[in-house]
Amino acid sequence: MAETTTTRRSVLGWGGAGLALGAAAAGGAVAMARSGDDVTPAADPGAAVAFHGAHQAGIATAVQDRLHFAAFDVKTDDREEFVRLLKDWTKAAARMTAGHAVGEGAYGGLAEAPPDDTGEALGLRPSRLTLTIGFGPSLFGKFGLDDKRPEALVDLPKFPGDNLDKDRSGGDLCVQACADDPQVAVHAIRNLARIGFGKVAVRWSQLGFGKTSSTTPDAQTPRNMMGFKDGTRNVSGTDAAALARHVWVGPKDGTDWMTGGSYLVARRIRMNIETWDRTSLQEQEDVFGRDKGEGAPVGRAKERDEPFLKAMKPDAHVRLAHPDTNDGATILRRGYSFTDGTDGLGRLDAGLFFLAYQRDLRKGFIPVQRSLSRSDALNEYIQHVGSAVFAVPPGVRDKDDWWGRGLFTGEA
Amino acid sequence: MRPARVPVVTAVVAVAALTAVTGCTEKSDAKSGGTNSVSVTATDDACEVSKKEFTAGHVELAIENKGSKVTEVYLLFPDDRIVGERENIGPGTKQKLTAEVKAGSYDIACKPGMKGDGIRQKVTVTGGGKSAKRDPRLDKAVAAYRAYAQAQADETLPATKTFTDAVRKGDLDAAKKAYATSRIGWERTEPVAESFGDIDPKVDVREDGLEEGQDLAKDWTGWHRLERALWKDKKIGEREKTLATQLDKDLLDWQKRVGKAVITPTSMANGAKELLDEVATGKVTGEEERYSHTDLVDFKANVEGAQKSYELLKPVAAENDPALTKELDKQFAALDKLLEKHREGGAGSYAFTSYDKVGKADRKELHDGVNALAEPLSKLAAAVAESK
Repeated sequence: MAETTTTRRSVLGWGGAGLALGAAAAGGAVAMARSGDDVTPAADPGAAVAFHGAHQAGIATAVQDRLHFAAFDVKTDDREEFVRLLKDWTKAAARMTAGHAVGEGAYGGLAEAPPDDTGEALGLRPSRLTLTIGFGPSLFGKFGLDDKRPEALVDLPKFPGDNLDKDRSGGDLCVQACADDPQVAVHAIRNLARIGFGKVAVRWSQLGFGKTSSTTPDAQTPRNMMGFKDGTRNVSGTDAAALARHVWVGPKDGTDWMTGGSYLVARRIRMNIETWDRTSLQEQEDVFGRDKGEGAPVGRAKERDEPFLKAMKPDAHVRLAHPDTNDGATILRRGYSFTDGTDGLGRLDAGLFFLAYQRDLRKGFIPVQRSLSRSDALNEYIQHVGSAVFAVPPGVRDKDDWWGRGLFTGEA
Repeated sequence: MRPARVPVVTAVVAVAALTAVTGCTEKSDAKSGGTNSVSVTATDDACEVSKKEFTAGHVELAIENKGSKVTEVYLLFPDDRIVGERENIGPGTKQKLTAEVKAGSYDIACKPGMKGDGIRQKVTVTGGGKSAKRDPRLDKAVAAYRAYAQAQADETLPATKTFTDAVRKGDLDAAKKAYATSRIGWERTEPVAESFGDIDPKVDVREDGLEEGQDLAKDWTGWHRLERALWKDKKIGEREKTLATQLDKDLLDWQKRVGKAVITPTSMANGAKELLDEVATGKVTGEEERYSHTDLVDFKANVEGAQKSYELLKPVAAENDPALTKELDKQFAALDKLLEKHREGGAGSYAFTSYDKVGKADRKELHDGVNALAEPLSKLAAAVAESK
């Protein structure tokens, strides 16, 4: 069966041509796309994103429309068994991201036994599915790996206003599934969960839609559930220099097995939609520091004009989140909107499922959130209700490589 | 556009691959020698079969739906009991139905639109001398399981009589005490009882399980109706006493019929999985015993029944898929250990924590344990079907 026929090397070998593919050349996060044997640009929403590469796909990859994010608890204390699961997962992930069914497929096998694949993605295109794994702080103690826990993977401090639900927080590991078709993303998590039964159990999961940030600078910045463009200044997936500086863990960062990886913060941020909708336009724009129509920073004309921070209210969201306010702290955002119906009081249970990738939590999310949680005018309309952090290892290099190999074998 | 998701391995290759893994070299013999292959062509108004007479043993129906409606195909005993079925066969698609068939007459029914009695074809199965040879260890397993199911029914009757006697005497406390234990034999072998179709709705239906048009006051019978009287209404009236006697009678019917149940190695394996499904959907949520909160007693009995099926099939399964039986041993032990945490009586007792006192985190842990066992258990049928 054909695995990745286009290797990372051959894509990079195109040199400048890679840029023409949009996100494709970003720091080796190969977004080369494949459907069957046809090579198609990753911008095609049905195409396949290469699974193998120096970095895991799903970080710098141009943001897809849909998300299924799942956090798992480890149920086994047998290290070998857990490693076997990581290998099985890697194999299944490589197949699913290429648009193939898991194992021996969804039909045609023994009639008396359940099929390997659950089947709901049959006939659907790969839909740019990416699967990205992360290891939570609690994982390291479970397998005697405390000495391998990166210093940069700190537990988050308690931020003022946090109202964290432990059933929506933490996890020994996570898998982020992003795709342009929600059914493809859900199928991927469902099948990994199934392969994992007995070894891991789903702790919580979150569905997301309508990407709320873009990793491609030319794309229109999507709007969040408050109707505002959010994440305009996000690190671009095509800006290799910015990625190397702010997102990818470098060889001198202190934890060899994480070189080429990144650190992920996941926050479920509930929005008080109804009260926000009753807020005057002026206040809404003051809260963000941008106008609602164009998304331009206060006093500027266009969305991408350089913000003039002093023109904004001191507690404006953009002003407080800006790198200049936070000693240059910059993160790569990959958030999604969520709506989980209503909450029993008739309020829309909706908000932002915030995902941020950075080279070091202490220099990325933490300083930014410190300043936001203290003063952000937006706090009146939002509440952080779920939280987790993960070390996201580097990419799976080739067919023989597997998720977490560096951590469990000590080989780089 | 050509489909992007194509199963890479065909059925034949899949079997070959499994065989290679399990080292079961006799598979190909069974395929070519003992298997009757019958083509069934289903359309909107016809159900054609390629032959109407075949020899006993392993039968494979190769079904093709050439009609415009979704159809289903059944292989039925003369009394309409189901030997095997395939549902949801879409227009233009093919499916396979395999079954172990003894000599006798049968019906093949196609149901276009998945409604009604279907379009029938009478078929005759002859002989038996040429039937595919099943591993004698599996025949032994089936016989032993049949004896187990019978013993469970035999023991349930007196246990239930203790319960129903207390109800008839109007002794609320004694009835409450005898309630959960009266159900153990039933819960251990529920898939067998359910295969009869008519007994389960009489003895084990829950309040919300009644069909539209049925009267809760008149038509609701069985254990859970009495459970509600004892724990929610807290009183025993004339109606309850009548229902107690009815329960004895319905269970007597079950006891008499257990011996005639159709049991095969794969139905035993899938029955074990179904018992775990019962736990996952009804017990872990606390729905089954919503008034008495004795869900963990049912839970324990379901697991015991599943384990019995498994242990009987294990000698064969361990040869075909040693990794699977190793995992199943481990997960049965793990789930037992989890249940043990909630046992309040001494070893071997069925005194478990009232389920309303089991917190959310513990329920999640139990649910994870059930999934951890049920997932590999769903593969047991393949491990015994491979060695016909």
